[in-house]
Amino acid sequence: MSVDLAQFHQVFFEESFEGLEIMETGLLELDQGDVDSEQINTIFRAAHSIKGGSGTFGFTEVSDFTHVMETLLDEMRDGRRQVTQDVVNVLLRSVDCLREMLTAIQDENPIDLDRVKADQDALNVILGGEFSAVVESDADKGQSESVDQPVENESGSLAGWHVVFSPHPNLMQVGNEPIRIFREFAELGELEITVDDHGLPSFHDLVPEELHLSWDMTIKGLIDRTDIDDIFDWVEDDCDFAVRSLDEQNAAKSIPAVEKPAEPVSGNTVAASAEIPSKPEAKKPPAKKPSGTKAASKKSNTGSIRVETDKIDTLINMVGELVITQSMLGLIGENFEVNKLEQLQSGLAQLEHHTRELQESVMNIRMLPVSFIFSRFPRLVHDLSTKLNKKIELKLSGETTEVDKSVIEMISDPLVHLIRNSLDHGLEGPEERIQAGKPETGIVHLNAFHRGGSIVIEVSDDGRGLNAEKLREKAVERELIEEDEILSDKQAYELIMMPGFSTAEVVSDVSGRGVGMDVVRRNIQSLGGGIEIKSELGKGSVFSVNLPLTLAILEGQSIVVGDEVYIVPLISIIESISLHEEMIDNVAGNGETFKLRGEYLPIVRMHEIFSIPNPKVEDLSGGLLVVVEAQGVRFGLLVDDLLGQHQVVIKSLETNYKRVDGISGATIMGDGSVALIVDIPGLMTLSTQFNTNKSAA
Amino acid sequence: MNSQVAHTDSGDANENGVPNNQPELIQFLTFKLGKEEYGIDILRIHEIRCWESVSRIPNVPHYEKGVLNLRGAIVPVIDLRERFGFESAETTEITAVIIVQVHEDEESKIMGMIVDSVSDVADVEKSLLQKAPEFGEKVNTQFISSLATANDRMIRVLNVDKLMQLNGVSQAD
Amino acid sequence: MASILAVDDSGSMRQMVSFTLKSAGYDVIEAVDGNDALSKAKSSKVDLVVTDVNMPNKDGISLIKDLRDLPDYKFTPMLMLTTESGMDKKQLGKAAGATGWIVKPFNPDQLLKTVKKVLG
Repeated sequence: MSVDLAQFHQVFFEESFEGLEIMETGLLELDQGDVDSEQINTIFRAAHSIKGGSGTFGFTEVSDFTHVMETLLDEMRDGRRQVTQDVVNVLLRSVDCLREMLTAIQDENPIDLDRVKADQDALNVILGGEFSAVVESDADKGQSESVDQPVENESGSLAGWHVVFSPHPNLMQVGNEPIRIFREFAELGELEITVDDHGLPSFHDLVPEELHLSWDMTIKGLIDRTDIDDIFDWVEDDCDFAVRSLDEQNAAKSIPAVEKPAEPVSGNTVAASAEIPSKPEAKKPPAKKPSGTKAASKKSNTGSIRVETDKIDTLINMVGELVITQSMLGLIGENFEVNKLEQLQSGLAQLEHHTRELQESVMNIRMLPVSFIFSRFPRLVHDLSTKLNKKIELKLSGETTEVDKSVIEMISDPLVHLIRNSLDHGLEGPEERIQAGKPETGIVHLNAFHRGGSIVIEVSDDGRGLNAEKLREKAVERELIEEDEILSDKQAYELIMMPGFSTAEVVSDVSGRGVGMDVVRRNIQSLGGGIEIKSELGKGSVFSVNLPLTLAILEGQSIVVGDEVYIVPLISIIESISLHEEMIDNVAGNGETFKLRGEYLPIVRMHEIFSIPNPKVEDLSGGLLVVVEAQGVRFGLLVDDLLGQHQVVIKSLETNYKRVDGISGATIMGDGSVALIVDIPGLMTLSTQFNTNKSAA
Repeated sequence: MNSQVAHTDSGDANENGVPNNQPELIQFLTFKLGKEEYGIDILRIHEIRCWESVSRIPNVPHYEKGVLNLRGAIVPVIDLRERFGFESAETTEITAVIIVQVHEDEESKIMGMIVDSVSDVADVEKSLLQKAPEFGEKVNTQFISSLATANDRMIRVLNVDKLMQLNGVSQAD
Repeated sequence: MASILAVDDSGSMRQMVSFTLKSAGYDVIEAVDGNDALSKAKSSKVDLVVTDVNMPNKDGISLIKDLRDLPDYKFTPMLMLTTESGMDKKQLGKAAGATGWIVKPFNPDQLLKTVKKVLG
């Protein structure tokens, strides 16, 4: 029977990646001071596990590489090697290398063997060349076998062997049974046993758990000496045994009861083991060229989450209640009479309640703490600050703040960019900081919290801050704004997110890789969120990213324009008002505006922007306005009517169709029809374009 | 079932089951637009639905009529008449929406097309398919992959992927 | 059918061992570390213990030592899963009362062969 090991691979990959995270975190902590041997042990164990698993499942390159790491870590935990920055850095690089190897194997891509060799060499350099022993161990094995060679004429015996087996009294107390030994001998050849009970104490003195018998065995057949030794492998310390070839009736040297293993070399032992493990088939990852430029990744994009059992228990309870309510309703419906109407209505209300609770529970399951994303940042900051020669400390707070799985996956890259930005441009080097009267070590602080229906993540630093003046100048230079345009400081800061702005004079390799802040903002907006910037020259900056808690569900306000229903995200809505004549202002060149609490805000006619046929309201006065806000800008949406507010499940248009400007998705209403969800920032952009085109016409 | 060659069983195989030069058949779902008959590889057909109203999408080509709800999936619907630049016609009881599977880059999408009526499934011998003529056709030949004959009718076999390509140039443009 | 306690903190190894043994007809109880194994061994007697050595919350050797102190497990065979280079572990294990060992990496057949050897 053969067990297919491939079924365990996925679990192995998952736990190995987790193990690598543990190693990385552990190594970063080691970096910072006191060496706790338990910490090193944790790192060691993680490496050890990966080595064990990879060996078992046939991933030899991984197993060999991890073995070297493990050796180094072993020295560290024993105190035989000092923990230095250099050692930690090499180990961190090795963790990266391992990660790459495992990813490659998982995706069925070729392993970058050059990288592996380079990193392995780096490890070996530290280990100081003792490691050439790895190469020699095979030779060593050869040597130990040659120990048997002088008794060559014994190793293969034609007639058989004579074995005297005298177990020590405690043999059975370690779970070994003579019967097992006999069984194994019987498998080797024809077996004859006689027992020798001379050693038995008298009945009174007999301790049943102790063994005082010994046996004389003759095994006939063509049997290798090593096979016999193997049988005694486990018990060699707990017994005496003598083996003699039947070929030599006279005085063959009796082999000492305990086999002396060859001297272990650098931790590689060559003691004969009970089973000589056959080398697991080296699984060669097929050298498949990744199709196109995208290597199909099999990693958990099919998605799996770890869920606390509490959340599942809650879910089970909810479903239980739902079932009860449903059967209650079923009963009412069975022989329905009008006098049961009240019962029915109350039952339906209960149903709604339970359904909503169930929905919340399920949503809750998909919620993950942001620590999932935050976890990669310590490493990032560590590496970057080393590279930039700056002293930087990363502070994290609010890691337990939860966010839907779909958001977590999207938020990581923008945050990485913002952090790189802070490190590269915001924070000063140690000398500059000291001159400015600041502590040598700069601080980058990531803070996550809930606000309303959103999650906010602030990336703040105590660096140079943004210079509004210089930003204005640069924007004028790049012809992004007019020379005489007046901008508030806040607006000046927003300039860095305009396309075409963020090309630094020196494109630093760290953050200037063509992913400008404009792309970051666009990506965040496409998720229904935004970025705000606050700054103080000389003191530092705060970049606030806000995102909806979930990409899957939205609280929306239904509006009607013409015959069409649209959903406006509640989060964007400030208020809804009726327009009166006095509020309206039709300044030529400025478009239609209305007055709200002292401010004049633009009016956007939805039916124009979306080309909606048959709008009911054309005349502004008496019209219904939904005041919304996006990116700090407010405007009013002219609509025909307001319907209800409800939670809607967001469906992407892009699955089967395409991205549409001004629309962020679709949802299915209670009557089965499809309503479109308005993308307020997108609508604002469309409106601006529309007006520009109109005035150009 | 209309067929040009009536082989659908392996009656022509010898006793050992070795087929003896069976003609390879393709099946097409055929439908009508005006007087012309069109066909789509049956393997691309997802389902056929009666005409229903769709939710309009703003600022898209006029032949992309909008989207509908297909058991929870949001599916775009294209009016083939408008796509081909024909005159529009009133919807009738037999106006249908054919839901097809479209391949774009490495992805697969579900989309719908509005047609006047659905005919039947035609079996056509692969070797008897003809290339579409370069000109003289009302429909832009980039959409037609081949011509087939079934029961004395000429069927214009459509290339679904090209046809449903979004942001493509419409016939009328 | 004989019952086996399989102990390993690595999920993939544990699953592999468990699946292999179950497929051969044994009853298998899984444990994720020494503590888990000890409590499971106490509540339900098994015929064989197969355990990894390096585990958090009580390693394999300490587990074997504690099991040997229980009357039910005085003679029960206990096998360590150990890497080749862990020679010292083998000695420690034996001193703690281990019956024998299986060397990692091993494949399912080797595992089954060894188990059969011990359980008969």
